[in-house]
Amino acid sequence: MSTIEQTRQGIPTGTWKADTVHSSVAFEVPYAVATFGGEVTDFEATLEDGKLSGSAKIESIHVKEENLQAHLLSPEFFDAEKHPVVSFSGNTITRDGDNVAIDGEITIKGISQPAKLTGTITGPAVDHFGATRVGLKLRTTVDRTKFDMKWNMPLPTGEPALSNDVTLKADLTLVAQEA
Amino acid sequence: MRLLAISGSLRDGSNNTALLRALREEAPEGVEVDLWQGLKVIPPYDQDDDVVPGPEAVEAFRELVRESEGVFFATPEYNSSVPGALKNALDWASRPVATNVFRNKPVAVIGSSAGAFGGVWAAAELRKILGAMGARVTEAEMAVGHAPDKLDEEGRLVDHEVREELRAALETLVTAVLDRAAAA
Repeated sequence: MSTIEQTRQGIPTGTWKADTVHSSVAFEVPYAVATFGGEVTDFEATLEDGKLSGSAKIESIHVKEENLQAHLLSPEFFDAEKHPVVSFSGNTITRDGDNVAIDGEITIKGISQPAKLTGTITGPAVDHFGATRVGLKLRTTVDRTKFDMKWNMPLPTGEPALSNDVTLKADLTLVAQEA
Repeated sequence: MRLLAISGSLRDGSNNTALLRALREEAPEGVEVDLWQGLKVIPPYDQDDDVVPGPEAVEAFRELVRESEGVFFATPEYNSSVPGALKNALDWASRPVATNVFRNKPVAVIGSSAGAFGGVWAAAELRKILGAMGARVTEAEMAVGHAPDKLDEEGRLVDHEVREELRAALETLVTAVLDRAAAA
């Protein structure tokens, strides 16, 4: 049995770093009758002996509307001036076949809350340049009000326009680092 | 520390302007409070006029806000909301949205009225507007009801409790300014 085949039965060991060109960190939140989404483009993630951690510079948040982007950076939402970085720190990944779960802690706006990320793992596999990669597709839902993001606006019906529950999505391609 | 005080009322005998005069008297050493007098000359917002540079009065207002480390508002309540002139000035100041002069600026909002409720709805609306503009809205809250009863014939604040509340609201704003400076 090769080293890679052995690894595929469990959690990859050693150090793996996100290839950010082939990775994304994004969010989705129900807004009025639709779903509104965006992403952060300046981030890093590391898988170190089965523990995933990562952080993102919130100034790099990108949504399709410039004015809304400015609102998201303001004190009513992320307060990027005061809290420029959001982060995740995970405990050891548990794996069941291709499914994974990670208990950890998300820190947004200087407030840390427990979070459980669930999703799938792909690989490890060797790419066409000889690098060994593993893929993690992870999701979790957080209550934004627990991170002091309470903004809302009532619809004509009186219902709030913006959901409190926000789905966070990380699609990571992690590359094995030379020992 | 330089703070700008903005009254939402234009009239000479304004209760809110009187409160801001009292605020200036209560400023601790090292805190300078400038009372803005330019609200009446701000033209109605027109996107066609919102060019670089903008109208002279608007640019002067933006510059004052830019140079101030915090802004203290006292607003009356018209039809359950903020006076149109004040909203109009803020609409000018909020452009361009992403880099407007109020972005991350610590602000405090109080209200006063001749009635019992002290402009509480107008103050809430003003906080909402400033939050949408990206200002750092502090938790300072103060609603001065029956405001004329708190002033003497010269419009000087003579109510000690209100004066104490003013000092506390000012301290909240000063603390927010210092926190921001410390984090920079």
